Amino acid sequence: MAADSRSAILSAVRSAKVPPVDRPAAFTAGIHYADPALQFAESLQLVGGRCLRATTIADARAQLQATGLVTPERRICSLIPGIVSPTFHLDQVDDPHTLEDIWLAVLPGEFAVAENAAIWLPTDRIKHRVVPFLTQHLVLVVSSGEVVHNMHEAYQRLTLGARGFGVFLSGPSKTADIEQSLVIGAHGARSLHVVLCDEPAGAA
Amino acid sequence: MTGHPERAARFIELPQRAAWHDQSLWFVRARRDKAVRTLPEWESLREAAAAIKAHTVSKLADYLEEFERNATRLGAHVHWARDAHEHNQIVLKILQGHGVKRLVKSKSMLTEECHLNPYLEEHGIEVVDTDLGERIVQLANEPPSHIVLPCIHKKKEEIGELFHEHLGTDAGASDPQYLTEAARGHLRDRFLRADAGLTGVNFAIAATGGFVVCTNEGNADLGASLPPLHIACMGIEKLIPGPQDLGVFLRLLARSATGQAITTYSSHFHGPRTGGELHIVLVDNGRSRVLDQDDFRRSLNCIRCGACMNTCPVYRRSGGHSYNAVVPGPIGSILEPARDPARHASLPHACSLCGSCSDVCPVKINIHEQLLIWRRELAQQKLLPFTKRIAMTLTSALFQRPRLYAFAGKMGRMALRVLPRFMVYNRLNPWGRQRELPPAPPQSFRELYQIRHGR
Repeated sequence: MAADSRSAILSAVRSAKVPPVDRPAAFTAGIHYADPALQFAESLQLVGGRCLRATTIADARAQLQATGLVTPERRICSLIPGIVSPTFHLDQVDDPHTLEDIWLAVLPGEFAVAENAAIWLPTDRIKHRVVPFLTQHLVLVVSSGEVVHNMHEAYQRLTLGARGFGVFLSGPSKTADIEQSLVIGAHGARSLHVVLCDEPAGAA
Repeated sequence: MTGHPERAARFIELPQRAAWHDQSLWFVRARRDKAVRTLPEWESLREAAAAIKAHTVSKLADYLEEFERNATRLGAHVHWARDAHEHNQIVLKILQGHGVKRLVKSKSMLTEECHLNPYLEEHGIEVVDTDLGERIVQLANEPPSHIVLPCIHKKKEEIGELFHEHLGTDAGASDPQYLTEAARGHLRDRFLRADAGLTGVNFAIAATGGFVVCTNEGNADLGASLPPLHIACMGIEKLIPGPQDLGVFLRLLARSATGQAITTYSSHFHGPRTGGELHIVLVDNGRSRVLDQDDFRRSLNCIRCGACMNTCPVYRRSGGHSYNAVVPGPIGSILEPARDPARHASLPHACSLCGSCSDVCPVKINIHEQLLIWRRELAQQKLLPFTKRIAMTLTSALFQRPRLYAFAGKMGRMALRVLPRFMVYNRLNPWGRQRELPPAPPQSFRELYQIRHGR
């Protein structure tokens, strides 16, 4: 029956008289900004996140400390060496369900998009891909030279097609389902800090 | 069976509430306008999106096969369903095969279209909708009234009562922050206990075999990343050729829907996660039939942003439930009659043909033109209500006889001047129900024209 449905659908689709239309050329006329990093920071503020500009990882560490989020009595994990003091390592966790009480996760983002504050976050280096969604607070660290203007440039950079999971993440989790009142912290992270750091972050 | 006018009449019985609903949606429309103005390339983006869709549907069978091939290569299981029932059977079979008792779902208009929830519940599976708005209408035992804002028709006080009853929040509490926090706790618990997660699909990429799901809350990701089993359900029109097309659609979708530049999470799934299973269900359910219709093919472009609802003067003032349809509003008034013309015959008339929907549509569907064509179709299929049929026949006869038309105009103008009020404003004249008719002009247009041009 399953095979029948497949061929029935494909033949119905094929027999539909649809005039041929050529594939359009890739759209490249996206907006450009004078200072994409500045635009990124402004876009991030609009979606409820905060951008920290840091020269070094040590500088980023001090700025994160000042946010008050780095509280050693709670569960903290990090894939960026030296930026916070983690209280546990993701690689030692087998069942993602035990991550329910993560307080803070610090993860590396690949690049940032100025027009909408999105960070491309591939999860191949994160053992449990649920971490950026389950953690109460999220910090993403992106190299300050890695800011593209718009989504067309973003997809030009990406090579999709290998097995894996990646997400464009823009701001903390939010909802406006109750009378259009914006509430930050729906199911996912309650806060998002993006560190644009001049010093490249080494992998943990 | 009642139609849109009767259900809309119930909605506007509370004028203040109808006005509140109207303003809530207009607020979203205004946010969309603001977001659109930040991009000088907006109109060419819409053109590009429409061109990509037109190309994709012209080679849809090839793209479906390419998608299947690539998705299978990535380790996903691909299923094909001709109709809603087959879709539901497939999903149930996968769930039963894994001994699933508890399913968490993120938003999927397709599963609403297939009425999956009641089907699974009949078979003993607990289904929890995890989008906050959808959870609210699920607890209220109502269908969503909008495809992006499922509980836009509900006041926060009503949601407070609902949460008090089901989630144990304080009686009388209605603060959105407090209620959302309560839902967060409730739903995170459901995520952790779920045996499987089901998501919709916003875009499926033929060239890679992956798909993209967009949410603001993160509910699709929690549902698809905690339990070991992920099922993704999609209509066959969700295909796009390659990843670069995502740039166009992701830029259009959230700006059109809510005025955001992008949704918080745009998640790209390529194959199952390590140790997990991924099933993708491709559903036709009438789409291949629409594909064969020149007049309506473009309705398959729809990316379910809801912009046409937010701008529609009829939707805003009559509420989503008055459409009695899975997809309400202008686009729903095209999609739903395509599935069941008799049941949804009143919908193409729930429209003033103002064309605002077509103006905001990010994929350039000629919505108001298709609605007009649907009216003709329904008339030809003899699906118009009796009163409309009589009125149309009489009007048609009148318009075909210029002298009679001129005479009727004269009589009408005189009648409006001399007849007592009860003769004009009664139940035979629906146009006089909520409005005062304008004062009758002394001369007709034709008389004025003759005077001014001396013919």
